[in-house]
Amino acid sequence: MLSQLQTMWTILKHTFTKAETVQYPEEQPYLAPRYRGRIVLTRDPDGEERCVACNLCAAVCPVDCIALQKDTREDGSWYPEFFRINFSRCIMCGMCEEACPTYAIQLTPDFEMCEYDRQSMVYEKEHLLINGVGKYPGYNFYRVSGLKTAYKDKGEAKNEARPIDVRSLLP
Amino acid sequence: MSELMSELMPVLLALTILVGGVGLAAVMTWWERRLLGFWQDRLGPNRLGPFGIGQVAADMIKLLFKDDWVPPFADKVVFIFAPTAIVVAMMMGFAVVPFAPNTYIIDVNIGLLFFLGMTSLAVYSVLLGGLASNNKYALLGGLRSAAQMVSYEVFMGLSLMGIVMMTGSFSLVDIVQAQTNVWFCFSQVLGLLVFVVAGIAESHRLPFDLPEAEHELTAGFHTEYGGMKFAMFMLGEYLGLILIACMITTLFFGGWLGPAFIGHWLPPFVWFSLKVFLVICFFVLLRAAIPRPRYDQLMSLGWKVMLPITLVNLLVTGAILLWMEGA
Repeated sequence: MLSQLQTMWTILKHTFTKAETVQYPEEQPYLAPRYRGRIVLTRDPDGEERCVACNLCAAVCPVDCIALQKDTREDGSWYPEFFRINFSRCIMCGMCEEACPTYAIQLTPDFEMCEYDRQSMVYEKEHLLINGVGKYPGYNFYRVSGLKTAYKDKGEAKNEARPIDVRSLLP
Repeated sequence: MSELMSELMPVLLALTILVGGVGLAAVMTWWERRLLGFWQDRLGPNRLGPFGIGQVAADMIKLLFKDDWVPPFADKVVFIFAPTAIVVAMMMGFAVVPFAPNTYIIDVNIGLLFFLGMTSLAVYSVLLGGLASNNKYALLGGLRSAAQMVSYEVFMGLSLMGIVMMTGSFSLVDIVQAQTNVWFCFSQVLGLLVFVVAGIAESHRLPFDLPEAEHELTAGFHTEYGGMKFAMFMLGEYLGLILIACMITTLFFGGWLGPAFIGHWLPPFVWFSLKVFLVICFFVLLRAAIPRPRYDQLMSLGWKVMLPITLVNLLVTGAILLWMEGA
């Protein structure tokens, strides 16, 4: 009996506590910059596509929601001919972002992507590609990796270091 | 003209109560959810209209437009009759409630018994609804409600006999007038305690909603009900809640009278409504705070605790009255 009264008193005191509810459409919750939401493809500071169509994101994706096709430019560099993410499958795990060697694929703090039509959840490259650098402002993959041109090989130029043979690092 | 008016008054009042009762019961569904929300650190339904009051209309529209379906395996006549019985019985109960001096439909010298009889009739609704559904969960709910209501009926009536002894009348108007100096909640503490518990059990509200017990019996006696028939059950339940709150106010908290130490500076009806409102809020608090007991616990609470308390209350009240008469 005493415990029942105690419970009632405790509940009654909650008349004056603030509600936990976030009234969502009017009141937006804070999303951290590293929140894992809608996926975008970013560009490097020069405005070129960062994606080199290496297929690592598609390989690592646990739900196989990424599909892309490699194509080659005249200078020999790779780029995705198409890049497709099926967001009705995507679980926003962020493994594609971790796998990406060029910081091209990134997750953004945005989750408001409801659609009435399931087919509208499939995003093509034109929907994914943004005109920005995302979370890594100064990064350009080719500046770090070096680039083979008609006159020189990778790491042959003046201020360049030779590429490391990763196989030599094996124990 | 004035004769005609006095003839018409009860009819007008009855219509007001009919419309007001249904309206209040509808608003109660919203207010209860809102209040439960506040007590659980939520907001409750607040989206539609000012403070979310539009939720009432939305719910009504939704229930009205639902398919009025009778299961093919059910006993059709009884199935349709059951939800109306509870609403009619609870509505009849309001006939004897004195809202203010001279504002009541009828003041009979058996008012209290009439109220008890009407709330007992509501058992039929739940029982028949459970039986006619031809569904094992509904049947279990009906069985439970029959046992629960019959056993709590016993001391619900007995707990009020102390008041009848002190007043010397079954008329609710007389009972209110007898509380001019001291409310019965002070002189009949045990009676109040038992009546509140029995009242909640009678209107099968949480924590005594074992006939419904959605965790065990899906929805108990109204498992097979939907649309407006379900709404009638809900309406009956909320009418019962308001009726019990009205009765607690009338019998134990001085009805339309203000507290003796403050005086009667508010209009009688405002005092009455205020008290009923507070009692209803208390019922919602019980729902928010107290878990549902097991079924055997409910029964043993009834017969082993509540009944002895009632009898002790009856004996002590009688003894004191006799002693005071003798002195």
